[in-house]
Amino acid sequence: MTKLLHHLGLYFIMMNKVISKPENWSIFRKQLALEMEKVGLNSVSLVIILSFFVGAVVSIQTSINMNSPLLPSYLVGLASRDSLILEFSPTMISLILAGKVGSSIASELGSMRVTEQIDALEIMGINSASFLILPKVIAAIFFFPFLIIISMGIGMIGAWVGGLSADITTADFMYGLKYEFTPFYVNYAIIKTVFFAFIISTVSAYFGYHTNGGAIAVGRASTNAVVTSSILILLFNYILTDIILS
Amino acid sequence: MIEIKNIEKHFGNNHVLKNVSFLFERGKTNLIIGESGSGKTTLIKVLIGLHKIDSGIVLFDGVDFNAIKTKKQRLLRQEIGMLFQGGALYDYMSVEENIMFPLNMFTEKTEIEKLERVNFCLKRVKLEGKNRLMPSELSGGMTKRVAIARAIVMQPKYLLCDEPNSGLDPKTAIIIDNLIQEITKEYNITTIVNTHDMNSVMEIGENITFINKGEIWWKGNKDELLNSNNKELNDFVFASALFKRLKKAK
Ligand SMILES: Nc1ncnc2c1ncn2[C@@H]1O[C@H](COP(=O)(O)OP(=O)(O)O)[C@@H](O)[C@H]1O
Ligand SMILES: [Mg+2]
Repeated sequence: MTKLLHHLGLYFIMMNKVISKPENWSIFRKQLALEMEKVGLNSVSLVIILSFFVGAVVSIQTSINMNSPLLPSYLVGLASRDSLILEFSPTMISLILAGKVGSSIASELGSMRVTEQIDALEIMGINSASFLILPKVIAAIFFFPFLIIISMGIGMIGAWVGGLSADITTADFMYGLKYEFTPFYVNYAIIKTVFFAFIISTVSAYFGYHTNGGAIAVGRASTNAVVTSSILILLFNYILTDIILS
Repeated sequence: MIEIKNIEKHFGNNHVLKNVSFLFERGKTNLIIGESGSGKTTLIKVLIGLHKIDSGIVLFDGVDFNAIKTKKQRLLRQEIGMLFQGGALYDYMSVEENIMFPLNMFTEKTEIEKLERVNFCLKRVKLEGKNRLMPSELSGGMTKRVAIARAIVMQPKYLLCDEPNSGLDPKTAIIIDNLIQEITKEYNITTIVNTHDMNSVMEIGENITFINKGEIWWKGNKDELLNSNNKELNDFVFASALFKRLKKAK
């Protein structure tokens, strides 16, 4: 418990340093562009592949489980749509990004720490926390929602393809996709994603920035980053769903 | 000139620095010598606030580092160059970008002026034309020299070097030592060098402090060092066969 408070204290001290005006805007813009690429662009293909196949599986599973003649077949489109928008895209993709982006943030900062590159920034009179972490946080908060929207779109294409293989006609599927569509669900997914992006980037940065020791410590920081941000995502998923949807 | 008074530092229960006081003089290569683990790196890092001190005073030409605001500390740090043990070059930047980085960050110089300054510093460390290399392509000695170039690019008043020749062969080590010594004289810098290497001591030891288990045991210059009767100092200095023979010859 005291350990938890200790971590929380250090986290808030770090965040206090992170949230400050960049010392040099042109360098900040360069860093931000670099991070957009590392944090966001490099994950696009992973998100596309995952979403396509999960979408396909969701629609096949739904059609198998609704094998009763009483249920209209357009339900497959509707169920795939809602499960993708509500849970799979925002939560599952965020968990996967916690693994990919979180571990890369933690190991990058961790190895900068143990090779004294962070000290080298500090000694030059640079606020290293803000210089290194702020662009990552902003890049994640801006880019993750795009990834989630891409995931929703590709997931639905996957669901359509999966549906075809389970003999759901395109017309039925499309009908289900549009049936009682609640645009608010998309907003809800984006709100969740922004929270998750903040959690992944700051928690991973916390573990990387506070690495202490050598190469083994870098590995440990990266594991801790992934585990902790995954747990926090699930916890906040529960809290946010409760607050926003009910 | 950097003066420290009664510095105390703990890491948890580990009492790393015990009542350390010293005067590092301007225009001189001030040496901190001692075994591994004696607290040399910690001493250099507490000077500039990379680790917080428990108590004591650090004065940079009379300015109490720990009494000024964070913003002022950052300004003061821009006057300090530091050479880290492993070089600490930013590994995603080329040699040129590494050296130019402080200029980009803190000066309004034009691209041409910045490049001129970078090339001047590269020439000073005898690495002309190596602008485009990446840190992963450099040898140990080159890494140290690029790090020196980066440390002096802002024309610092203070230069701190943590084991500048660790991991280098003796010949390269002496080249680096002499380079630091020359730069110190040329620009009248207050330089502090951490080392456990007796060759460095004999090469550039003008103002030496011997630190043992976090305490200062001895102060003096290299001539006094060889004639000292301090047991711990002698154990350290004459640990190597070469220096033992040197003592016998005397
Ligand atoms: N960041 C740190 N956290 C905890 N203990 C440290 C840290 N840095 C150094 N120490 C301890 O402080 C002592 C002095 O280390 P150091 O200053 O690195 O010695 P030297 O540079 O003379 O080899 C050692 O006992 C070391 O374990
Ligand atoms: Mg050391």
